[in-house]
Amino acid sequence: MTKSGPLGWLIRNPIWVFVAIIFVFFSLSTDRFFDIANFRNILVQTSTIGLIALGMTLVMINGNIDLSVGATLALAASVTVDAMGWAVFADWGNWQILPAVLLRLLTGVAIGALNGFIVWKTGVDAFIVTLGAMLGIRGLVFVYTQEQSFFATNFTYSDFDYSSVLGVPTLAIVFLVFTVATHILLSRTVHGSNTYAVGDNREAAVNAGIRVGPHMVVNFVIVGFFAALAGITLSTQMGAATPNLGREFELWVITAVVLGGTKLTGGAGSIIGTFGGVLAIGMLRNGMNLIGVPAFYVLLVLGTILIFVLFLDKQLNRQGDEEIRL
Amino acid sequence: MSRVETETAASGKPKEADESAPGPDTNRTLVQILSSQGILIAFGLFMLGFGLFSERFLSLENMESVLRSSAIIGVMALGVTVVVISGNLDLSVGSMLSFGTVMVVDLHDKIGAAPGIAVMMAAVLALGCVNGFLVGILRLNSLIVTLGMLSAIQGLTLIYSGGKNVDIDPSSQDTTWFKVFGRGDIAGLDMPIILFGLLAVILHCIVAYTAFGRRVYAVGGNPTAAVFSGIRRGRVVFSTYVISSFCVGVAAIILGSRVMGSQNNVGQGYELLVLAGVILGGTSLLGGSGSIFETVIGVLILGFIQNGLLLLSYPYYTQWIVTWFVIILAVWLDIAGKRGRLFSPIA
Repeated sequence: MTKSGPLGWLIRNPIWVFVAIIFVFFSLSTDRFFDIANFRNILVQTSTIGLIALGMTLVMINGNIDLSVGATLALAASVTVDAMGWAVFADWGNWQILPAVLLRLLTGVAIGALNGFIVWKTGVDAFIVTLGAMLGIRGLVFVYTQEQSFFATNFTYSDFDYSSVLGVPTLAIVFLVFTVATHILLSRTVHGSNTYAVGDNREAAVNAGIRVGPHMVVNFVIVGFFAALAGITLSTQMGAATPNLGREFELWVITAVVLGGTKLTGGAGSIIGTFGGVLAIGMLRNGMNLIGVPAFYVLLVLGTILIFVLFLDKQLNRQGDEEIRL
Repeated sequence: MSRVETETAASGKPKEADESAPGPDTNRTLVQILSSQGILIAFGLFMLGFGLFSERFLSLENMESVLRSSAIIGVMALGVTVVVISGNLDLSVGSMLSFGTVMVVDLHDKIGAAPGIAVMMAAVLALGCVNGFLVGILRLNSLIVTLGMLSAIQGLTLIYSGGKNVDIDPSSQDTTWFKVFGRGDIAGLDMPIILFGLLAVILHCIVAYTAFGRRVYAVGGNPTAAVFSGIRRGRVVFSTYVISSFCVGVAAIILGSRVMGSQNNVGQGYELLVLAGVILGGTSLLGGSGSIFETVIGVLILGFIQNGLLLLSYPYYTQWIVTWFVIILAVWLDIAGKRGRLFSPIA
């Protein structure tokens, strides 16, 4: 159907061309970029957005979208950091992290399930449902925290981001393991092929006997889970949870996923692409920081690249279509 | 044969799209009537409910204060409504507001109020043209384009201001005529409300009564049919983004004049609040339906939710939670009325 071989692969994943260009560019322009310690840094820094982007890829291939991930992250982070200070867990020592983290993941799963259930039962567009949830959950965060920031008093928790296994930061390992797991889920399982089928043609998916409603709920639960998990990587890095945590994350995440070639209309996309999108954002922020460009230029460059990749993708895919016709 | 059919279908489309305005229809069931007017009924019930709990709520001063505080989001929502009717989205209005406000406030002391306004409007309209070119002419996906523009304009604002907040020299804040847009009034009616009302009436007339307005509905309702009936889709979409950016410019003038200063992220998150107002009014994100009037109602509902909860002395953020329920409920009832059953038939 499409070109095979490395060239075809690159045409289908133009983001990896960008990743390569950015990589070479920064490696040549500063000697601090091409450095194992810096690569570790990039992976830790991107793990937050990266984890959410994995879940978002599934939801977007479904033809849905989740704008509430930033608020979900904030709620989950507040619940966890607060829960570690609860009197019940006071003399649990480091074990207090366990119920707190479980509670957090449960929060994410519950919000995902709620969003998915509303989308399923009411038939309201996911964009609207999660736009409402984005506002509402942020409100819940403020109600829960009373506008206060919570600080983690457990140093095992707040130092977790420095920990590493065999020289690789734990947070990076978590991110990479879940990337591989999600890739396998999407490309090797029935759930994965159903994800493409539902996004490609919902009617046909219904006729093929896929239970579209519950299927979408599962994907919303997955993105909720990842949003909550991303809260761990973020709040361990900060050692605190603020009510405004994760604001505008939904926009960064969607940017990463779209850079990776996932179609907003659904039915197309891949975890490999999303991983490329996440890396592109991470390396760009890191590299521009290293060569001393003020942080706000990153926003400008990122926006421009997003639009350019969209343009490029449209040109390349249109050419691909014409080739098939010939 | 098939070509004739296409043409009749195409020319019939704009009329069909126009019928989205509420009108008498014999075949409607009670549920459908209820849900088609759902937003007005909800609005009425809502006002009644709050009115019972707080006597200040329905007072004239309070009405004025709600209108005044809704004016900025309202003005932006008017422009976004036109974009949404044409079947596209504009997520860049929030950072465009930051950009415009920072610019107009900064230029006030440097080159004077009037030239400052002119330069700011030109810059904001130029950004609208970029949006319009990318979505209308290059036909790229509007959500991603305006998402990219959101981030790019945020960057531009920070580069322009060097990351600093700007304000008008305190000594001239009370004397400059620039204050008229945010702090002035005509016959006791605040200027932001007048500007909001005026812009709403003008845009309502453009959208509801001109050929351009019908083209906007046609492009949003069925782009293919619109193109077949000779509408230049690209130009129409381009114009909607210019209108949207114009509204943002006006909002920036009001905000700058009201605050006499600006943070460089002042409009952060506004794009979604604005969209919430538009959706609450009943404009479909799919395009082809909706009206300026409905958006005004939607924005006012948001404003009254905020105001009512504050009067009942709930913290300001509770409004977000209520908005969550109200948005989903409003759209749900709207959809339920159209499909004739409450729950989605999806298995």
